[in-house]
Amino acid sequence: MLAFVFRLSQRNFIALLSIFLLLAAFPLDSLATEAVSTGSSSMPWWGWPLLLFVVCFLLGIVAVPSGVGGGVLFVPIVGGFFPFHLDFVRGAGLLVALASALAAGPTLLKGGLANLRLALPLALLASISSIAGAMMGLALPASTVQIALGMTILGIVALMATAKKSEFPSVPIADKLSTALAIHGVFHDAANNRNMHWQVHRTPGGLLLFTGIGFLAGMFGMGAGWANVPVLNLLMGVPIKVSAGTSSFILSLVDSSAAWVYLNKGAVLAIIAIPSITGMMLGAMIGARLLRVLKASVVRKMVISLLLFAGLRALLKGLGI
Amino acid sequence: MTHHHVSEEQIRYSVFLNWGMRIGLFLLITLFALYVFEIIPTHIPLNKIPEYWDLPVGEYLKQTGSPTGWGWAGMLNYGDFASLSSIAWLSGCSVICLVAVIPIYSGRRDMIYAAICILEIGVQLLAASGLLHSGH
Repeated sequence: MLAFVFRLSQRNFIALLSIFLLLAAFPLDSLATEAVSTGSSSMPWWGWPLLLFVVCFLLGIVAVPSGVGGGVLFVPIVGGFFPFHLDFVRGAGLLVALASALAAGPTLLKGGLANLRLALPLALLASISSIAGAMMGLALPASTVQIALGMTILGIVALMATAKKSEFPSVPIADKLSTALAIHGVFHDAANNRNMHWQVHRTPGGLLLFTGIGFLAGMFGMGAGWANVPVLNLLMGVPIKVSAGTSSFILSLVDSSAAWVYLNKGAVLAIIAIPSITGMMLGAMIGARLLRVLKASVVRKMVISLLLFAGLRALLKGLGI
Repeated sequence: MTHHHVSEEQIRYSVFLNWGMRIGLFLLITLFALYVFEIIPTHIPLNKIPEYWDLPVGEYLKQTGSPTGWGWAGMLNYGDFASLSSIAWLSGCSVICLVAVIPIYSGRRDMIYAAICILEIGVQLLAASGLLHSGH
């Protein structure tokens, strides 16, 4: 299968993936409806987990070139088109994001693309709020969470479609808090083979926003790279590559605390979570290799369209339409 | 490749995280294989799972008699709960990394970061404790 994937041209690959994801959505939807109404479906017990593995594998492939975390694709798509209750989908979504962040963490830290000093204060506040978000998400009725999820996903679509990024933001003066915490670093720019010194500003604003982001991550079971990266890069002035690496590392702490809440509430089913984690991680490995072949902007547009579709679906499902 | 501008604590954290993640993934795949191939018994028969996975978690717990909190740890002889232990390991391995870097911070008299690590460990342990309650 790997050889097959690598032999595909970019255009064929994207077309195949688009057709699969869009066409698969409709039969999945009707099967899921049947499963919900009858309490079972005609599929054997292993059918849904196997399908989940395949879908997560494909999501993992597109997650890397599009620059979004797998978790943010997972919850609206699996929550919208599979028969699993949203409680279990969110629990699995958090674990998908957590496993991806843990897997990337050592390389990012060792290579200097994640900065521990920058990450720890932000992760502390986001961890606390993610616990509150997870508790709130499990306390609210599923329809309310679906509506809020749909609105959040549509907000993410707007953010992804409009947000700019800055390779090396200009930070003339570091703020007092970041100076007191000695948050600064050196980033080795391989393209120019030189070391770039960076510092941050607007740290109090960043801490406040990370508190809100942690809450959303816990409530919806999503990774929050879509929000972390713009806050680190555009607000605090961290170079884009350090922002992306540090964001991923922060998720390893934030999603851990929220994952415990789901685990303790019994909202983690191994039969849903583990095929999702393994499928997404295998897909991400292929996606990372396909980075050279695929045009990232095309994949990104496709993922934004997919998220728009999934966000509307979640909103309509929550509204009972 | 280790970058020469990377701090000592960051290197130590990455080493612990690397091992924590590897052990976690090994456990995840091994225990799940034991579960789905029914090499060890299951609490909920695999062919009955589709009857429960569309229920809200509260209803699922009531109908299946599954435990909450750390109750699963007493049922590791069942594949469904043995698999959860690998997830618990992945959720908890960051605590070991944080503990490992505290001596570096405190040795350098960087008490703010030592305190941040201790607070983060406290938050993680509180979340893991099961003392926080909510539900439908």
